[in-house]
Amino acid sequence: MTITEKLLARAAGRDQVRPGEFVSCALDLVLANDVTAPIAIDEFRRMGAESVFDTGKVALVCDHGTPNMNIQAATQTRKVRDFAREMGVVHYFEADDSGIEHIILPDKGLVIPGDVVIGADSHTCTYGALGAFATGVGSTDAAAGMALGECWFRVPESIEVIYTGTLRPWVSGKDLILRLIGEIGVAGARYRALEFKGPIIDNLPMAGRFTICNMAIEAGAKNGIIAPDATTLAWVAGRSDREPVALASDPDVSYVQTVEIDCADLEPQVAFPHLPENTKGISEVGEVAIDQAVIGACTNGRLEDLREAAKVLKGRHVAEGVRCIVIPGSHAIHLQATREGLVELFLEAGCLVSTPTCGPCLGMHMGVLAEGERAIATTNRNFVGRMGHPGSEVYLAGPAVTAASAVAGRIAGPDEL
Amino acid sequence: MKATGTVHKYGDHVDTDAIIAARYLTTTDPDELAGHCMQDIDEGFVARVKPGDIMVAGENFGCGSSREHAPIAIKAAGVSAVIAANFARIFYRNALNIGLPIIESAEAAARINASDEVTVDTEAGIIVDHTTGEQFAFQPLTDVAAELVAAGGLVPMVKERLGKA
Repeated sequence: MTITEKLLARAAGRDQVRPGEFVSCALDLVLANDVTAPIAIDEFRRMGAESVFDTGKVALVCDHGTPNMNIQAATQTRKVRDFAREMGVVHYFEADDSGIEHIILPDKGLVIPGDVVIGADSHTCTYGALGAFATGVGSTDAAAGMALGECWFRVPESIEVIYTGTLRPWVSGKDLILRLIGEIGVAGARYRALEFKGPIIDNLPMAGRFTICNMAIEAGAKNGIIAPDATTLAWVAGRSDREPVALASDPDVSYVQTVEIDCADLEPQVAFPHLPENTKGISEVGEVAIDQAVIGACTNGRLEDLREAAKVLKGRHVAEGVRCIVIPGSHAIHLQATREGLVELFLEAGCLVSTPTCGPCLGMHMGVLAEGERAIATTNRNFVGRMGHPGSEVYLAGPAVTAASAVAGRIAGPDEL
Repeated sequence: MKATGTVHKYGDHVDTDAIIAARYLTTTDPDELAGHCMQDIDEGFVARVKPGDIMVAGENFGCGSSREHAPIAIKAAGVSAVIAANFARIFYRNALNIGLPIIESAEAAARINASDEVTVDTEAGIIVDHTTGEQFAFQPLTDVAAELVAAGGLVPMVKERLGKA
């Protein structure tokens, strides 16, 4: 079996499962946020549920429109907060010690290797980096998960993605996943598991692995997954009292597809509007002037990402007329970035540093674009209107290229500065 | 389910930001959401759509965000069914869960034109395009998907499990 099949079989209490089979799995965590939880709460009540299945296995994170952007958002957040209190939900996050859901849940040890997790947010697939099965669902599925502690799945076929070679300077997890999406397309892994492996992955720190699995959904995948290794277990150690279960695909397992990506010639990638599959190497971008740069999001809001951006921005200044918004992914990351001097460095470089939020990634608040405006962002989607006006444009890249572009005033790699 | 209506046609990879933009996600009211349905890629949709109308699209319909507001907005706009070559998986689950009829048919998705008059019969597994005279058979739902539709969505199913039905 593949690691994905093993995870689902284990949670379904089965010895074996096969792709195409339907299974009902016990859930280790059910997640919802300030956008999706309000509907989930209504559906939970309509189901007649009176309590959540386990007060320690539900996580409610208000991160999309927070700090509350307007009265409607404040009302939605209050609804989630009141529900969390009423149900005794242990893991409710909103202000202090909070942050972006897909950054704080692993950081706080709420997801560990071996877990099966659903979240009413499509980027729940991020946790596959820990060797957990994690997938996005809608609000009603999350409501059923909160009530029953289980969810049905169709066991997905798996695609293996093997990254070989060595990484060139300034190439990070973001470039690895953008390159793959450029190759297989936004529906290339539809309904399937994307299993990432190879020497590049073996040597990649957790931050890069989270970024890769975060964007598995951008290829249509049900989940992204990386088998836990020493890097994973060292990262998880001390974060949870639970024992990690490190599974791996059997050596003789057959994949529905194998994609091999040789990184020897891989340069930093940029995804052009309006699909993440429209990727180009930085040398092929041409002259693309920008109005805004955003460094953050569940894709690239980790401390390592901020350090990467800081390397580029150190001693430099954001180009005139460009707004560069830096959003640490969590309160803890914000604090550490401050202690390391990164926040000061960003401010001196002319960046705006915000409290943690999903905000601009989905065009909700804190950096919304006007018609005709163009942004480069470390976020994960560049659909029409994603960051604001339907006549605006979003280009996706890693932290180094995004920071360099902020300095250059046009899309540029760090080597061009 | 049998419904007849006018077709609103779209291409491949219609994402959930296009179906309902994030700036409207501070409400869960279906009618309010319906008022902004498809706005960023088809501004006239809301004014044009009539109860019973049918949405036809290409591949990977509903890709992107997990927002259930998307199928809710389409359903509340009066759309009786969505036909697509195929659907993104979260949207597919969400549509079944809330009772928005969805049909996978690459042939129908390719051959039905915008503004055609079409009848969808989910029990018979037939789509009839009255404008062109063409008919398309499609596979009925199976397994959990069929059970969900038979139960009327996920809410009644869970209600029964909890003994609250």
